[in-house]
Amino acid sequence: MEVPISTAELLTTDGVPLKQSLKKAERKNKIRAFLLVFPLLLFIIVTFVMPIGDMLLRSVDDTQINTVFPNTFSEFKKWDKEKDELPPEEVYKALFEELAYGDKIQVGRALTRMNYSKSGWKSLIKNTSRAIKKAVKKNEFPDSYKDFLITANDKWADPTFWYAMGQMVNNQTPIYYYNAIDMTYDQDQNVIRQEENRRVYVQTWIKTLKVSVYVTFFCLVLGFPVAHLLANLPLRYSNLLMIFVLLPFWTSLLVRTTAWIVMLQQQGVINGILVWLGILNDDGRLSMVYNETGTLIAMTQILLPFMILPLYSVMRVIPKSHMRAAQNLGAKPATAFWKVYLPQTIPGMSAGGLLVFVLAIGYFITPELVGGKDGKLIGSWIAYHLKTTLNWGLCAALGAILLGVMLIFYWLYNKIVGIDNIKLG
Amino acid sequence: MNSATEKTFVKFEKIDKSYDGEVLVVKNLNLDIAKGEFVTMLGPSGSGKTTTLMMLAGFETPTNGEIYLDGMPISKIPPYEREIGMVFQNYALFPHMTVQENLAFPLEVRKMSKAETKEKVQKALDMVELGEFGTRFPAQLSGGQQQRVALARALVFEPRLVLMDEPLGALDKNLREQMQYEIKHIHDRIGITVVYVTHDQSEALTMSNRIAVFNDGVVQQLSTPDILYEKPENSFVAQFIGENNRMTGTIKSVENNYCSVELENGAGTVKALKVNVGEIGEKTQLSVRPERVSLGSDGNGENVFTGKVEELIYLGDHIRVRLDVCGNNEFIVKVPNEGSFDYNEGDSIKLNWNPNDIRALDLPN
Repeated sequence: MEVPISTAELLTTDGVPLKQSLKKAERKNKIRAFLLVFPLLLFIIVTFVMPIGDMLLRSVDDTQINTVFPNTFSEFKKWDKEKDELPPEEVYKALFEELAYGDKIQVGRALTRMNYSKSGWKSLIKNTSRAIKKAVKKNEFPDSYKDFLITANDKWADPTFWYAMGQMVNNQTPIYYYNAIDMTYDQDQNVIRQEENRRVYVQTWIKTLKVSVYVTFFCLVLGFPVAHLLANLPLRYSNLLMIFVLLPFWTSLLVRTTAWIVMLQQQGVINGILVWLGILNDDGRLSMVYNETGTLIAMTQILLPFMILPLYSVMRVIPKSHMRAAQNLGAKPATAFWKVYLPQTIPGMSAGGLLVFVLAIGYFITPELVGGKDGKLIGSWIAYHLKTTLNWGLCAALGAILLGVMLIFYWLYNKIVGIDNIKLG
Repeated sequence: MNSATEKTFVKFEKIDKSYDGEVLVVKNLNLDIAKGEFVTMLGPSGSGKTTTLMMLAGFETPTNGEIYLDGMPISKIPPYEREIGMVFQNYALFPHMTVQENLAFPLEVRKMSKAETKEKVQKALDMVELGEFGTRFPAQLSGGQQQRVALARALVFEPRLVLMDEPLGALDKNLREQMQYEIKHIHDRIGITVVYVTHDQSEALTMSNRIAVFNDGVVQQLSTPDILYEKPENSFVAQFIGENNRMTGTIKSVENNYCSVELENGAGTVKALKVNVGEIGEKTQLSVRPERVSLGSDGNGENVFTGKVEELIYLGDHIRVRLDVCGNNEFIVKVPNEGSFDYNEGDSIKLNWNPNDIRALDLPN
């Protein structure tokens, strides 16, 4: 019998096209799968994607002040700085009106923003506002707004204030990013370095990176033998050791950090013992806390489990026979370790390293508590601006740079080690 | 076939081994292995065979006694200086190295030149017919291929001796049998001394020149495969190697090499070869192989019994008959399928065996 060779699409036994039937059969599963992950998706969008997006927008956002002084700014842009020393009359007029009739709260918020670009704005405007309000109340509108304002406060004749306004006239501004790396604008809107006594961020960034690298390194050096013991001791002992590793992990971060203060301070346990043993003079006590040393010690201890656990999970599955095989093949124990064992722990080392580094770079509480003045990391500055100066734009810019640094490290890591080489368990 | 009288290459002398100071896992082991010999240590798990192998490789230290390799005591020599190749149970191939790198490893640690290394690696790969697979990683190979790589790696640095610790345990049955022949052929070809550990008796019988049967830390018997099967010296060996029918009884009389044994349940008296028995009046276990029993005839009139057919199992080349003989209803007889088998279940039939084929042995513990 001749078998008909059909080029038409395949049909199911019931005559429905096979592809269509397959799609239908799988649709239900797809919908179910989607519904199952939907709550998580929603959660991630609300708690992760949206805040990060908001932060990134906020770091360049300058719209608030533009809604308060729209006319002033649009008139300001027409000012030819080459020709006239001071802005034209229209700018003064628009400013007069917008201060006279503007919403008090919105103006207040705008003032805070203005003060970031040049200190003195706040008092100048408040001062001027009072004069303007008084005049408006009396219905006395000046002939020359320019003269009126300069009479109210002679700083309005100082062009540097007007130059500083130039930083704020657009809805988007990179100023926060410049501030975050100790840069600012000069009067001609050129990017220059901050005055020397105001440079704080670059050195903090460097210190943050340095501390993170050190902490990662110390965690690796201290964690590797522990993980190796955990993976190779008889179950009875390794369980006990595991509890020792996890117990601090379950203890409050605050308690552990303050415990380190008790241990490390000048009248603390370690100094006390060293003096008692006669190793140190009473007036030669080591300062191990409220400085970078304290930050390093406490952070290493706190982040150690994040290195040990991924290492352990990788080491546990490396068969013991590998070291034996290497020695049997003629390698001395050190060579066997270096050539056979160590390369197999790379996924664990990289997972632990990345984890510790990423946690360390954004660490806040511990450096804040034990870091003192020179042990503070970038996280402390973010918190400071978030809570004290309310300069959220700068906070957002610092955060965005932090995110960027992490992404760069992640990219580098992927290039060098490969992200599929990571192994957490 | 090599015999034990040739110059001894590996010598275990009065080896005891204990891990905890309370139990001896190896007791007074004395074993001589000649150069080029293929010796298998066979035994159930926990019998001490792997421990013995590990002592030879240098990963365990004997608690007492000394091991000699080529006349030199080796207890003080660390494993990496023993020049002993080993194939591990799960191959222990290094997963982060390609097949070539795995094979090159022992040569590199010996500081061999690149060109020579490359040549030897390729030769070893060709020997196990994996010449094309050098650039793959172990995880990309099948179990059988990994096995061959492990074998090649254990041989590539031309060790004095190769140890194999249940190397075929992880393979399926067909592959295992195929690998048995391959290992045997490689051994025949390069003539290296092999000490092989397994719990699989057919593996041991297939490959070995001599087999040491381990039980309870003691070598029960050390012989060639045929002697081990035909002439087991005690009940453990008889039971562990191949199938046998067991009957217990009391020794009534002894003449020359034979003894008369009265079966336990008064089912009769058996004339058996005296192998490993005590005095008259003591108990003994009799052992006869299922294929050495003939059905349906009186033979020469000795050891004739009557049995009832309980079960017939057709196995193609032979028929397995389970009989109730002398009160033992697990009595197995293997009848070659010559096309003339016409018994049915429930039939009563005569059976007999030659006194030379039934061995009177010790009672199992």
